[in-house]
Amino acid sequence: MLRRDILRGARDGVPIGLGYFAVAFSLGITARHAGLTAFQGFLASFLNHASAGEYALFSLIAERAAYWEVAVVIFITNARYLLMSAALSQRFSPETPLLHRPLIGFGITDEIFGLGIAQKGWLSPPYLYSAFLVAALCWSSGTATGIAAGNVLPARAVSALSVAIYGMFLAIIIPPARENRVVAALVPVSFACSFAFSVLPLLSGLSAGMRTILLTVGISALAAALFPVADAKGGGAA
Amino acid sequence: MNVYVYILIAAVVSFLIRVLPLTLIRRQITNRFLRSFLYYVPYVTLAVMTFPAIVTAAQYPAAGVAALLVGVVLAWLGAGLFPVAVSCCASVFLAELLLSAL
Repeated sequence: MLRRDILRGARDGVPIGLGYFAVAFSLGITARHAGLTAFQGFLASFLNHASAGEYALFSLIAERAAYWEVAVVIFITNARYLLMSAALSQRFSPETPLLHRPLIGFGITDEIFGLGIAQKGWLSPPYLYSAFLVAALCWSSGTATGIAAGNVLPARAVSALSVAIYGMFLAIIIPPARENRVVAALVPVSFACSFAFSVLPLLSGLSAGMRTILLTVGISALAAALFPVADAKGGGAA
Repeated sequence: MNVYVYILIAAVVSFLIRVLPLTLIRRQITNRFLRSFLYYVPYVTLAVMTFPAIVTAAQYPAAGVAALLVGVVLAWLGAGLFPVAVSCCASVFLAELLLSAL
């Protein structure tokens, strides 16, 4: 049972890991611009394993932002994990030792959360641990490789790879936009406001991280006030 | 400003976000505004980070626009994270090949 869950987790982790490697490689290019070494990139990726959060982290390091700004931006970009964590808390068997809760929590990503929610019955910690380890090692080594090899690639290849992360973001936000009219409206509204903030005087002088915080809190709060969700479950669920 | 301090701060905040609800909250959040707010946050924050950054990430802005259009269409049609990400890269590569030849 235990061995079967571990093998099953590793198998399900492989396709996730392959996708992670490619995206993390492009993230590594951002990290290299911020001056990180391959080891630092590996460490940051293993500990954070969040595309949007790490992208924000590396951008903030590049602009030598204040430490508190990093804490706030990481909180905002990873806020969706609060919801996933809350959702997973309902899936624990009463007999599962408490120690598994922080360990499973540490491994939450959009995709690992998706695997967990897709399981029938109670969560199997060994299954999620092995899926997470396979995926996270691909993610971390992808970042390290991007930092180490980003400069041997021709500029055109780097340019192409640098949009991978945005492609991944689109793949997360567009499918729910198809299901939900409010989300469908929020995506172009967010695009437009973000563009406006990047060119308007005064606002464009703020750091990218601050602009992200202001826009996210403002637009989301407005949407929540105008269009409360009847049964808000998954958030950024896979 | 030390890179390791940045990494540590990010790691601790990420860890707490992921672990605290799972470990502490045993009941669902009932406040409707808060639930709705948290529901919208991921979409808004990812959208804000995607545009206009995707346009300026490429060497030619037109190539970035191509990647955006290809990404939106494929994601709309239901393609997963990996296919969408790779297609965006491919469209930038092809668009820049074309633009530099002109």
